[in-house]
Amino acid sequence: MKQIDIEVNNKLAEDLNKEIRQFALNYDKINLHGVCGQRYIGCGIDHDIKINIEGVPGNDLGAYMAGPELEVFSNAQDAIGNTMNKGRIIVHGSCGDTTGYAMRGGEIFVKDSVGYRVGIHMKEYLDMKPVIVIGSSAGDFLGEYMAGGIIILLGIGVTKAENLTGKYLGTGMHGGVMYINGSIPKKNMGKEIKKVEMTDEDKKILNKYIKQYKKYFDYMKAINIDNFSKYVAADKNPYHLLYTKN
Amino acid sequence: MSLNLVSDRFEVLRDNTKCIRCKVCVKQCSNEVHIFDEEDNIVLSEDSKCVCCHRCVAMCPTKAIKIRKNTLEFKENANWTGTAIDEIYRQAQTGGMLLSSMGNPKPFPIYWDKILLNASQVTNPSIDPLREPMETKVMIGRKPDKIEYDKNGNMLTKIPPQIELNMPIMFSAMSYGSISKNAHEALARAAEKLGILYNTGEGGLHKDFYKYGKNTTVQVASGRFGVHLDYLNAGAAIEIKIGQGAKPGIGGHLPGIKVGPDVSATRMIPEGSDAISPAPHHDIYSIEDLRQLIFSLKESTNYTKPVFVKIAAVHNVSAIASGIARAGADAIVIDGFRGGTGAAPTRVRDNVGIPIELALASVDQRLRDEGIRNHISVICAGSIRNSADIVKAIALGADAVYIASAALIAMGCHMCQSCSTGKCNWGIATQNPELVKRLNPDIAYERLINLLTAWNNEIKEMLGGMGINAIDSLRGNRLMLRGVGLNLKELEILGIKHAGE
Repeated sequence: MKQIDIEVNNKLAEDLNKEIRQFALNYDKINLHGVCGQRYIGCGIDHDIKINIEGVPGNDLGAYMAGPELEVFSNAQDAIGNTMNKGRIIVHGSCGDTTGYAMRGGEIFVKDSVGYRVGIHMKEYLDMKPVIVIGSSAGDFLGEYMAGGIIILLGIGVTKAENLTGKYLGTGMHGGVMYINGSIPKKNMGKEIKKVEMTDEDKKILNKYIKQYKKYFDYMKAINIDNFSKYVAADKNPYHLLYTKN
Repeated sequence: MSLNLVSDRFEVLRDNTKCIRCKVCVKQCSNEVHIFDEEDNIVLSEDSKCVCCHRCVAMCPTKAIKIRKNTLEFKENANWTGTAIDEIYRQAQTGGMLLSSMGNPKPFPIYWDKILLNASQVTNPSIDPLREPMETKVMIGRKPDKIEYDKNGNMLTKIPPQIELNMPIMFSAMSYGSISKNAHEALARAAEKLGILYNTGEGGLHKDFYKYGKNTTVQVASGRFGVHLDYLNAGAAIEIKIGQGAKPGIGGHLPGIKVGPDVSATRMIPEGSDAISPAPHHDIYSIEDLRQLIFSLKESTNYTKPVFVKIAAVHNVSAIASGIARAGADAIVIDGFRGGTGAAPTRVRDNVGIPIELALASVDQRLRDEGIRNHISVICAGSIRNSADIVKAIALGADAVYIASAALIAMGCHMCQSCSTGKCNWGIATQNPELVKRLNPDIAYERLINLLTAWNNEIKEMLGGMGINAIDSLRGNRLMLRGVGLNLKELEILGIKHAGE
C-alpha cells in the first residue's frame, strides 16, 4: 500500500484540498496530521482511497464524495457527508448538525452523538442506499424530510428513551427507515412517522451494521437487538391533500 | 349542489354546422372537455373542465370551436369580484390552499412599460447594425479588480472562470419533471446552437443531455435531486437555488404522480415518491453558510465553474445581493415577482416579492456604491417578455437576463396557467407519454432559435439607434432610459430621469 503523510497545521483548506486531490491520484492512503478546522476534506473525490485524519476537520467533510473512506480520530463538525454518493466516513467522537445532508449512498459511522437535522433529505435510488450509524444520541429533527436510506441509533450510554433523540423525529419523512434502540416517546415524534414491527430482515440489516460499528470502535459490550424500534414514513406522499387547483 | 357552485371559467362554443364529427377535439383534450354522443351523433362539451389552452381550437380541421370567457355574471361589485368569490367557493369546498401556475397575473405596475429608450439624433450618430459590427456577446463571471502583467507582457492575474454568451440571454431553470423531456431537449439543443446556456432546474440532468454540458447550468437546490459529482462537472456553471420569484420563501414539491421511471432515474429517487424541496437549505442560515455551500461546489469541481446564486426579489434584496457577492458567488440571479412557476400557492405568487425592475436597479446601485459591482455578474429574471425589456434591463445594470415563460410560449405554450395539473395539452408541462409526444423537439428547437435570433437582432437595432456598438457599453447606462408616468420615488429607485428632463 502506497501511503503519504501530510503535516496540515495552518494550511488553507483550498491549498490542502488541492494537495489531497493530487496525491489521491497516486497513493492508496493519505495520513493528515494536525488538521485544524480545514473544510471540504475529501470533497469531490470519486475513487477509492483511505484518508486518516488526526485533529478536527472542518465543515463539509466528504461533501459530494464518491468513493473514499475517511477516518477521523476526534470529533467532526457540521455537514459531514453532505450529498455524498459513495464511500465511508468513520468518526471516533461526535459530530455536528446536518450530518449526511441529502446523502444518497455510502456509510457514516459516528462513535458518540450527532447534532440537529442529521440525515435530512437522505434518499435512496436502486442499489444506492445510504446508512448513518450513530453510537449514542441525536439532536432535534433526526431524519427530517428523509426519503430513503437507513438511520441507526444505538443509544449507547443513554438511560432514558426521551434522551435518545431530540424533538420532531422524522418530521416530513416520506421514505427510508430508522432503527432506534428504545421506544421514542410520542412528544419527540414528528407527525409524519409511525412505528412498525421489526422483521427478521430488519434484524439482519441491524446486525450487519452493529457488527461494523463494534469493529470500527472496538466496542465490546452487547447491544440487545430485541430492544430496537423501527420507524418509517406514515405516508409516501404526505402533502398531497394540501392544495386545491385554482 | 348550489352551495358548491364554482362557476365555469370558460364556455366552449361549437358551430355544429361546421363540426364534421371527426372527434379530433375529443381525442386531443386531456382535460376531457369534449364528449362524443354516439346516439345523437353530436359532440358535447363539459365547460367546467376547460382551461382555455386552445388545443381543440388549433386542431379542429373546420375551425368549428371557439372558447369564450364564461358569461355567468355576479352582481357588480368592485370589491367582491367574481374571482374573489369563486376562490372562496373552491376553498370552502376542499379545505385546500389555492395552487396556481405560471407568473403573477394581477395588474401590478409593469415598469418596463413605463421606461423609454433613447436614440441618437444629429449628434453622436446612430449606427446601422446591418452594416457595422455590433457586439452582443457578454461574459458572465467575477472580474478581477485590476489586471497585472510581468515585464514580458504575460498576464499575471488569474481570471476566475467565465461563461461566454453570444447574446445576453439564457434559458431559466425549469426542471425535468415540471416540464417534459422533449421540452428539455429543445432548450438544450437551442442553447447549444445559439451559444448560450439553458438550466436543468432542480430535477437533475437526464443522461441523454450530458452531451449539451457546455451549454448547461446545473442547479443545486435544498432537495439535492440528482446532484452528484458527474452532474456538477457536466455543466458549464452551477446555480444554487435559494428562491424563486413566483414563490419567495416557498419550496418546490413535485408530486409522486409525476415521478415516472425516467424522472425517477434523473432525480435519483424511487418511482412515485414525492420530490420535496423545501424553501430553506437547512445548512444555510447566514451569508457565511452560503459561502460554505458555494465553496463546497467550487471545491468539488476544482474551481473550474462559476457558481450562481438565485434569489427571489424581496424587500431588502440589495443587502442580500451584497452578501452574496461577498460570499464568493460569481453571479447573482434576481428573480422578480412576475416570474413563472410550475406550481405555487396562489396567495404567495400574487402577493409576495417585488417588481424586478426596482430590485435590479437597487442591487446594481448598491453593488456600485460598495465598489464590488465587478465582483459579480447580475442576471435579471422574472418575466422578460421581449427584446426591449432586455435592453432596459441591461441599461438598469443587468449583465444578462433569464427567460423561461417566453421560451415556453415559443414552444407552443398558450398560457392557460394549468401546469400543475400535469395535463398540458401542448406536451410541455406534462410527463404523460401520450401528451409529451405532441411536442416535436425539432420544431420547438427551431422556434426557440427563431425567437432569440430575432430578439438579438432587435437588441442590435436598439443599440445602434442609441449610437452604441457593444452591449457592454449599455450596462448600467441609465442615461439611456427615461420614465413616463412615474413618481419621484420610483424614478429615484430606478435611477432614471423623467421623459422631458
